[in-house]
Amino acid sequence: MNRLQIHDVSVVYPAAQGGAPVTALSDVKLTINQGDLVVALGASGCGKTTLLNLIAGFISPTDGYLTLGDSNIPGYPRVSLGRDIGDEVTGPGADRGVVFQKHALLPWLNVIENTEFGLKLQGVDKEKRRARAAEFLKLVGLEDFHNHKTYQLSGGMQQRVGIARALTNDPQMLLLDEPLGALDALTRESLQELLLDVWNETNKMMFFITHSVDEALLLATRLIVMSPRPGRITHEFELDFNRQFLQCRDARKVKANPEFIAMKEKVLEIIHGDEEATEND
Amino acid sequence: MTNSVSNSATDAKDSSPPLSRFLARFLKQKAAPSGSYYGEPGAGDSRLIAIVTVACIIGLWTFVTEAGLIKPLFLPSPLDVIARIGDLFQDGFSGATLTQHMAASFGRIFGSFFLACITGIPLGIAIGCSRVVRGIFDPIIEFYRPLPPLAYLPLVIIWMGIDESSKIMLIYLAMLSPIVISTRAGVGAVRIEQIQVAYSMGANSWQVVSQIITRGALPDILTGMRIAIGFGWTTLVAAEMVAAERGIGFMVLNASEFLVTDVVIAGILIIGVIAFGFDMLMRYLETKFVPWKGKN
Ligand SMILES: Nc1ncnc2c1ncn2[C@@H]1O[C@H](COP(=O)(O)OP(=O)(O)OP(=O)(O)O)[C@@H](O)[C@H]1O
Ligand SMILES: [Mg+2]
Repeated sequence: MNRLQIHDVSVVYPAAQGGAPVTALSDVKLTINQGDLVVALGASGCGKTTLLNLIAGFISPTDGYLTLGDSNIPGYPRVSLGRDIGDEVTGPGADRGVVFQKHALLPWLNVIENTEFGLKLQGVDKEKRRARAAEFLKLVGLEDFHNHKTYQLSGGMQQRVGIARALTNDPQMLLLDEPLGALDALTRESLQELLLDVWNETNKMMFFITHSVDEALLLATRLIVMSPRPGRITHEFELDFNRQFLQCRDARKVKANPEFIAMKEKVLEIIHGDEEATEND
Repeated sequence: MTNSVSNSATDAKDSSPPLSRFLARFLKQKAAPSGSYYGEPGAGDSRLIAIVTVACIIGLWTFVTEAGLIKPLFLPSPLDVIARIGDLFQDGFSGATLTQHMAASFGRIFGSFFLACITGIPLGIAIGCSRVVRGIFDPIIEFYRPLPPLAYLPLVIIWMGIDESSKIMLIYLAMLSPIVISTRAGVGAVRIEQIQVAYSMGANSWQVVSQIITRGALPDILTGMRIAIGFGWTTLVAAEMVAAERGIGFMVLNASEFLVTDVVIAGILIIGVIAFGFDMLMRYLETKFVPWKGKN
C-alpha cells in the first residue's frame, strides 16, 4: 500500500525586499494513504500551493521531510527514517503527476502527443504509448479530438487533456492545484464526476486544492482546512459524501442532504473566522 | 419635469454647429465587424493602401524624371534603372556581373546568418538556463551589442585581415546579439507550469531544455532571426567597403564614386527587394512553425 507522509514540515520563504521572511507552512503533519482523496481548503495565501509544491518536489522544506513509498514491497524501508515507509521525497518524479489550473499543455503538440508526452520522455515505444494515451483520452471523452491543437480546445477540454496526460503516466499520486478553478459551473460539475470516477477506479492517492467548499465536500474522503500566518492545518474531517455521490450520481441531491449543509456551514465558519482574523492583523 | 429635461437635450443636439456634427459622425465609435475585436488598435487590412502608396511613389518618380524636372545625375528615371539592371546582368559593373555580385553578398549574408544561428541559439538558451553561462556572457554581449559595427570594423580588420573572413566576422557579430538576446527572452517566456509538469512526468533537465524550453522559445527565436537578417543587410555595405571585389554593397559604393547614379539606385532596389522577400519568408515560417503564437 502506497503512502505519503509529511513529517513536521515547515517552509519559510526568504524575505522579499524590505519585508520579513514569510512562514508559509509551520509544523505540518499529514499522512495520505492509498485511496485517500485529500482536499485542501483555506483562505488565499494559507499555503495550499506551497504544500502541493512540497509534495511534488518543486520546493524543499526548510524543516522536516516527506516520504513516499510502498509498504508492501519486502525490504522496506529502503531509507532508514525511523518507522517510516518508503523513500524521502527530494525532487519531482513520475510517481507524482501534477495538474495545474491552466497553461500546462504544450501548444506545439496536438492532443494525443500531449497526452503521451510523459511516456515518450520515458522512452516507451510509440505504438504502446499511443494506445495508452488513446485509452485515457477516451476516458475523459476526447476520443474524437486526437489531432486537434490544444489552443483549438475550450478551457474544459484543455483541463481534460491535462488530466488524461497525468493519468497516462500512471503515477501513484495525483496533485491537482485548483484544476477546475477557471471553468464554468456545468463543465466543472462534469469534471468533478470524472475525477471521482477516476479515483474510484484507480484508487490512486489524490491531493486536490480548491476554493469551493461544495467541491471540497463532494470530492473529499478527507478534508483538511488550513489557516494562514503561519500556514498550518487546523481542522481535518473524514467525509463520505463522495460515496453518496458515486451511488446516486446526483450532485444536487447530495448537496441538499442536511448533513452536507451542516458540514458546509461548519467549514465556512472556520474559513471566515480565519479571514476576519487576517483582516484584524 | 422629465419632459423638459429631455426637451433641452434634444435642443442641445440640434443647436450644435453642423461642422461638429459632421466630425462627430466620423469620430463616433462603430461596432467591430464580426471576426475582429472591438477596440483592437489598427484593425483592418492595409494592403490595398500600401499598394496604392507604392504605385503613387513610382508614378511621381517616373513623372518628375521623364519630364526632365530632375537631372539623371541626381535621380535617373525608373525606366533607365530597369534598363540598367538588365545591363548589369549581362555586362556587369566594376569587374563582375550582377549575378556574381549578388552571389558574393548572399554568400556573406547567409554564411554569417548560418554561423550566427548555430552559435547564437544554443548560447541564448544556455544563458537563459544557466546562472554560470549568464554570468560569463551577459557583460560581454551587453557591452558589444549597442556598438555600431563600423566602430569595431577596424579592429576586426587588424585581427583578421582584409579577406573574406573579416567580412563574415563583421556581419556575424552584428547578427549574433539579436539572436542571442531574443532566444534568451524566449527562454524566459516559457511557462513555468509546462516545465514543472514535464519534470513531474519524469523528464530530466536535458529533456526539459531540448523538448520544452527550446520549443517554447521558438517564437522569440524566429523573431530574433528576422531582426538579425535585417541587421545583416545594414552591415553588409560596411563590410564590403573594405577591399571587396564583388558584392552588391561594393557595387553601390563603387558606382557612387564614379557618380553612376542608376547603378546606385539599382543596387539599393535589389537589396531592398531581397531583404523584403526574406522578411516575408520569415513571417511565413512563423505562421507555419509557431501557429500558437499570440493564442492561449
Ligand atoms: N515564491 C514565493 N516567495 C515568497 N513568498 C511566497 C512564494 N510563494 C508563496 N509565498 C507566500 O507564501 C504564502 C502561501 O502561499 P501559497 O501560494 O502557498 O498560498 P495558497 O494557499 O496557494 O493561496 P491561493 O489560494 O491564493 O492560491 C503566501 O503568503 C505567499 O505570499
Ligand atoms: Mg495556490
